[in-house]
Amino acid sequence: MPSVITANRLEDGIVVYLSEDDKWLPDLASARVADDETDLENLSTIAGQAAADQLIVGAYSMAVDLSEGTPQAKSVREQIRASHRPTISAVTEIQ
Amino acid sequence: MMYSYDEFDRDFLRDRNREFRTQVERRLAGQLSEDEFKPLRLMNGLYLQLHAYMLRVAIPYGVLSARQLRQLGMISRRWDKGFGHWTTRQNIQFNWIKLVDVPDILEALAEVDMHAIQTSGNCIRNVTADPLAGAASDEIEDPRIWAEVLRQWSTNHPEFTFLPRKFKIAITGALEDRAAIAFHDIGIRIVGGPNATIGFRIYVGGGQGRTPYVAQEMKEFLPPTQLLSYLEAMLRVYNLHGRRDNIYKARIKILINAIGVDAYRNQVEEEWQSIRGEGIDLPADEVARIRAHFAPPELRANPVDNAELLKARDQDSGFDRWVRHNVLPHKNPDYAIVSVAFKEPGRPPGDATAEEMLRVADAADRYSRGEVRVTYTQNLILPNVARADLVDLYEDLKSAGLVAGNTDLITDIIACPGLDYCNLANARSLPIAQDITARFADPERAEAVGELRLNISGCINACGHHHSGHIGILGVDKKGTEHYQITLGGSPSDDAAIGDIVGPSFPAEDVPDAIETIVDTYLAQRRDGETFLATYGRVGADPFKEALYGTPR
Ligand code: HEM
Ligand code: SF4
Repeated sequence: MPSVITANRLEDGIVVYLSEDDKWLPDLASARVADDETDLENLSTIAGQAAADQLIVGAYSMAVDLSEGTPQAKSVREQIRASHRPTISAVTEIQ
Repeated sequence: MMYSYDEFDRDFLRDRNREFRTQVERRLAGQLSEDEFKPLRLMNGLYLQLHAYMLRVAIPYGVLSARQLRQLGMISRRWDKGFGHWTTRQNIQFNWIKLVDVPDILEALAEVDMHAIQTSGNCIRNVTADPLAGAASDEIEDPRIWAEVLRQWSTNHPEFTFLPRKFKIAITGALEDRAAIAFHDIGIRIVGGPNATIGFRIYVGGGQGRTPYVAQEMKEFLPPTQLLSYLEAMLRVYNLHGRRDNIYKARIKILINAIGVDAYRNQVEEEWQSIRGEGIDLPADEVARIRAHFAPPELRANPVDNAELLKARDQDSGFDRWVRHNVLPHKNPDYAIVSVAFKEPGRPPGDATAEEMLRVADAADRYSRGEVRVTYTQNLILPNVARADLVDLYEDLKSAGLVAGNTDLITDIIACPGLDYCNLANARSLPIAQDITARFADPERAEAVGELRLNISGCINACGHHHSGHIGILGVDKKGTEHYQITLGGSPSDDAAIGDIVGPSFPAEDVPDAIETIVDTYLAQRRDGETFLATYGRVGADPFKEALYGTPR
């Protein structure tokens, strides 16, 4: 199952994904996809180091959908995280 | 009037904030791991949620000054995305906080004598109280005096900072319970005693969550001088017995229902006898000192021109409705208590913008002696408004968009943040609330339905009090999709009850229809003037089940 690694950035809590060049970016579409267990283990090692380097917290892997080309979240929870906003109009957007 | 900090309190907060600033720096520098840091941040009300850090700020017994409210508005504008969320614990949560900003935010809170301590963790949490305290026409005694006594006692209490689980106390001093005391670990009701004395009736073991219970009566009458020693004994016995091995069984409600309230009472009485002499109870002059902070405001006689008011009501149906539902009787007949509703249909329940906070703070200064309250139903209260000012206040609130005249109606929904923000959620709460309020957006329709408390939680932790909703909605995960279980017949008030699950859960898109079906069934069954709860109590669940799921075969 194609997977990516996600976490929250330590300094501000923003949702990030492990991307190319070991960067942690908020954009899921730019995430590095692991195609198999070995790939995923490599990414997990990088994530472990990033946590030790105070870049991120709470890293975990999640399966993604690649049918659109770039990785897309599967669960509602991950769709909400990837969108960096609630699914409703925020109260500041209503008036 | 409200309680004001002394230098000791301010020094303590300053030290605490300095300490946390150092801890954040050490975390960012890698001297503290997340495992080491997490308990430290939680002690300062800082959680990590779906999108960012979340800061939960304590609002002691829901009482805010206009100055404090203004500061909360400033904080949400400067360090959050311009809004905050009133919670069912009369607190406020900020959803989009950066760790690096938290030390500055805590400093800004301390400037107005506020903090986020004991808003998380297995300690005695912020004590909640009747939001109409000090103003309600049915009040026996102002519960804020005793809530403040409890606040001082429970803050940094060395023995009770590591309880088996979190511990929540609520108090009311009025005839009608508006603080949901039956759903707290300890509920306290101020009651009249012999010879015009007052005392406390103590309830224990209420709560919602995974295993909901209505609190049971523990002591019929406790003289006020003995409140602290008695509660100390209650906490001690719980602390000794409470299960620390299983967080689902660690709340006092589980203990009470395992050993029975009588056995618990016996043990507490025994402990109490042995500690009563230890000087735990406050001396009378200390209680008097605290009481003086809550002296009733001097409200000058301010008779309203009733003909004027009637004319204004007659000319503006919105104002008329607002007066019917959001203007409540005050002790002083020239005055009123005003509910400022944050529940205009379509809004996410509980959310308030920075601008709205500032506007309500201004209105509080102008019309309510600078006093504001947060209700557990996620609205604000202006407790001391001259009836003569109602028209002007209404116009002010109207220009701020805060005049929904729907207090305690079906659109006055309580909802937790749910899956839109919360890490523990199964399902979203806020869009469900929006979809339901859209169905009842016509204020005449909502009013025709009458008093109806509809509460939504995004998971079984029940932060949105769904168990005590007349209609409760609980988000559940059904094979990876958001589903919602509906309960009927709960109540948070004097007739406290836990709602009954009506049947199988519904997918999100079917929930608004299901709610309309329930309301229509009620309206069809209602006998003159009956509330939803009264009808439900009379006819039971069957007509609702049948309407929702068809005739059982
Ligand atoms: C978003 C972050 C939140 C988290 C992680 C969280 C977590 C929890 C958990 C784990 C419980 C269950 C505790 C137990 O049964 O022992 C709980 C209970 C509760 N929460 Fe929250 N909560 C959050 C937000 C809120 C909000 C926004 C409100 C108010 C709208 C709230 C009000 C409550 C209340 C009143 C209870 C007590 C229910 C009871 O009587 O058992 N919480 N919360
Ligand atoms: S009820 Fe569940 S989803 Fe809602 S705020 Fe509480 S923990 Fe989160």
